[in-house]
Amino acid sequence: MLGILRQRVAAKFNYALNFEQGIGSVALRAFSSSANKMTVRDAINSALDEEMSADPKVFMMGEEVGEYQGAYKITKGLLDKYGPQRVVDTPITEAGFTGIGVGAAYHGLRPVVEFMTFNFSMQAIDHIINSAAKSNYMSSGQISVPIVFRGPNGAASGVGAQHSQCFAAWFGSCPGLKVLVPYSAEDARGLLKAAIRDPDPVVFLENELLYGESFPVSAETLDSSFCVPIGKAKIEREGKDVTIVAYSKMVGFSLQAADILAKEGINAEVINLRSIRPLDRSTINTSVRKTNRIVTVEEGFPQHGVGAEICATVVEDSFEYLDAPVERIAGADVPTPYAANIERMAFPQVEDIVRAAKRACYRSR
Amino acid sequence: MGSWFARSRSIPYLLKRNISFLHANSSCKTLPPYKSPHGFRERPPASILSFRRLESAMVGKQAQAVAYTDDDGESQSIEFPGGRVGFTTQMEFISEATDKRVPCYRVLDDDGFPIAGTRFDQLDEETAVRMYKSMVSLQIMDTIFYEAQRQGRLSFYLTSTGEEAINIATAAALSPDDIILPQYREPGILLWRGFSIEEFASQCFGTKDGHGKGRQMPIHYGSKDLNFITVSSPIATQLPQAAGVAYSLKMDGKEACAVAFTGDGGTSEGDFHAAMNFAAVMEAPVLFICRNNGWAISTPVSEQFRSDGVVVKGQAYGIRSIRVDGNDALAVYSAIRAARMMVVREQKPVLVEALTYRVGHHSTSDDSTKYRSVKEIEQWKRSRNPMTRFRNWVQANGWWSDQEEAELRGTLRNQVLKAIQVAEKAEKPCLGDLFSDVYDKLPSNLQQQEKSLRQTITRHKQDFPPDVPL
Repeated sequence: MLGILRQRVAAKFNYALNFEQGIGSVALRAFSSSANKMTVRDAINSALDEEMSADPKVFMMGEEVGEYQGAYKITKGLLDKYGPQRVVDTPITEAGFTGIGVGAAYHGLRPVVEFMTFNFSMQAIDHIINSAAKSNYMSSGQISVPIVFRGPNGAASGVGAQHSQCFAAWFGSCPGLKVLVPYSAEDARGLLKAAIRDPDPVVFLENELLYGESFPVSAETLDSSFCVPIGKAKIEREGKDVTIVAYSKMVGFSLQAADILAKEGINAEVINLRSIRPLDRSTINTSVRKTNRIVTVEEGFPQHGVGAEICATVVEDSFEYLDAPVERIAGADVPTPYAANIERMAFPQVEDIVRAAKRACYRSR
Repeated sequence: MGSWFARSRSIPYLLKRNISFLHANSSCKTLPPYKSPHGFRERPPASILSFRRLESAMVGKQAQAVAYTDDDGESQSIEFPGGRVGFTTQMEFISEATDKRVPCYRVLDDDGFPIAGTRFDQLDEETAVRMYKSMVSLQIMDTIFYEAQRQGRLSFYLTSTGEEAINIATAAALSPDDIILPQYREPGILLWRGFSIEEFASQCFGTKDGHGKGRQMPIHYGSKDLNFITVSSPIATQLPQAAGVAYSLKMDGKEACAVAFTGDGGTSEGDFHAAMNFAAVMEAPVLFICRNNGWAISTPVSEQFRSDGVVVKGQAYGIRSIRVDGNDALAVYSAIRAARMMVVREQKPVLVEALTYRVGHHSTSDDSTKYRSVKEIEQWKRSRNPMTRFRNWVQANGWWSDQEEAELRGTLRNQVLKAIQVAEKAEKPCLGDLFSDVYDKLPSNLQQQEKSLRQTITRHKQDFPPDVPL
């Protein structure tokens, strides 16, 4: 039953993608047709649009962001609206355009640099870390870098090892950066707006498969001044038996797992991290002190991953409250394979989360 | 469109796209001017190139390759994406090297006398004397700081010996509004703009004075007020950043440019390629200055590239370039002034290659006699010294004397020695400076860490260095 559910979910993502591309008409704001639902793609697009409209210093840069409307159509319509000065199609050089973005930020512009996927950010990582992250500190506060790096992160579907890595842990370990991981449309809108307004360099890790997913949004979310505070996690589902901490796509899987666990009498609390750096240790620890059990979920590689940091923080701050060892669910320690069947085995699935939660509750066989 | 068809003799295939363009030269000897995709300036209706980007997105409207003969029927040309290109039936490879290397613009001869027929920007007495004095300051500062490192008083230092003319003449030729993105051998620019010897010393010693807050190793100077971006260790990263700064200046409409420095070695980095290419495409007002001093630590230029130096790379990117004698202060001054004017007025990048010689070691961590002959170093130091040449010219104009020289050197020497003594004893940055500036505002985790650290220090005072002010 779960298999069918998962396939339906996966199919829905692909369907949504094809459907959007097939439409052809430009609908910048999905909410114009349906007042309380919005896709993550439209959330990001509307956030970019509003911030560019509000501040003339904000500009976009990246491969295919202009004429092509964005490799994943995130920047649809922006070139027409703001012109080529503010939506810059770059030659193929991540190192080049990242460096240029950092330089522009040094002089007071607010660039939003798009990586086609964060896997390609590795070609620019010197500029992200050595230039953007460290400049304010090294220049003793003289050079601030109000830049946002955004793009899809983590696994998509059938794209192989060089397009599927999750970089949350790598960027999350670097002081000077802020690292955000939106899940829902509300997260995407609020966090991106906060990121663009933030004077520090921000790495904004989206997820390709979430782009097409729709989420309910409140009127407050749709307001152009809406912002989500950076560094605060969100409790998506309150519970009392076990805490499940996740980010990005895994939040959705965790919520599904929580529904399944509920049927077996386990009331899980699901935390959507929203922010890897700064990590909201206080929300995590408060939850663990309530439930006494914790499961961390991430798509990334297990060694030195986000779950490892959460485990350390919980053990340091809430050791006496733990009734069971911390359970870490992460991607398999292999470069992501391509074939659909083994790719599925390389990433956490809903039943992995369910089993881990049960183990934490001493309910496994 | 109609008249274009009338010119052709053969029946062309109908072009499916509706664009108007200038009559292109049939042999395409020179590239027609193309419209800036960024629309910053009014340009005449342009050629194929202006629509290059739109073409790729117009699905279903494929450009048909068209062959046509022009009026005299001699050469044919074909329209590829990127423009019209004439063809030839002779298979000729462009040689990897030209017979003659690109010549080097020079004003003063080896002894400091203006070469007959040379054209240069005349310097007035005040500027010339100030330039010379700054060169002397730089030289003395370098000598004494280097010695201080050798004595163990400084952890690291890097001199600009042999490149004083590039440092000072460039600084004098630029406007104070121009934003400098240095590599690391350009402290003379800061010196010219007003950074004091005391400020240099306090950065090198990491004291609480000055603006460094002890964050960086020596010679990594920076000053927002003087428009000098902080020196960054990874090589050539400042090059694409300069294009970004220039883009920002362009959007502001400021009459200033970004000036990015690199050495010969830096041109091997991927960032050099990206920066040059990008600056040309974006039409960003960057002045790229390459100090080709022959050595990248122990790598001679013969092992760095096989091109005729760096100047020839400009054309490959569509960037105007010039080669200048970097040890000739007047030539550097004139060339940089002209280049800067082009950059600012035409809003496009220019490349200047200044040929010189790195007389000193790469840094205090290097002993260059291990990989090059002492004779070679001595030759450049003695007979091709940029300072001697400029001094001869200044003195020949009656603007300087040996006595003033001796006085200046004496004064400066004392000033530098005193600055070092003061900086050595000055207080180090306080504990709070460990945590500030990581982010714009001190985040809660760092506040907690600082609090916890202070508590630990209070409890275990004996374990902590006494010279860290709390």
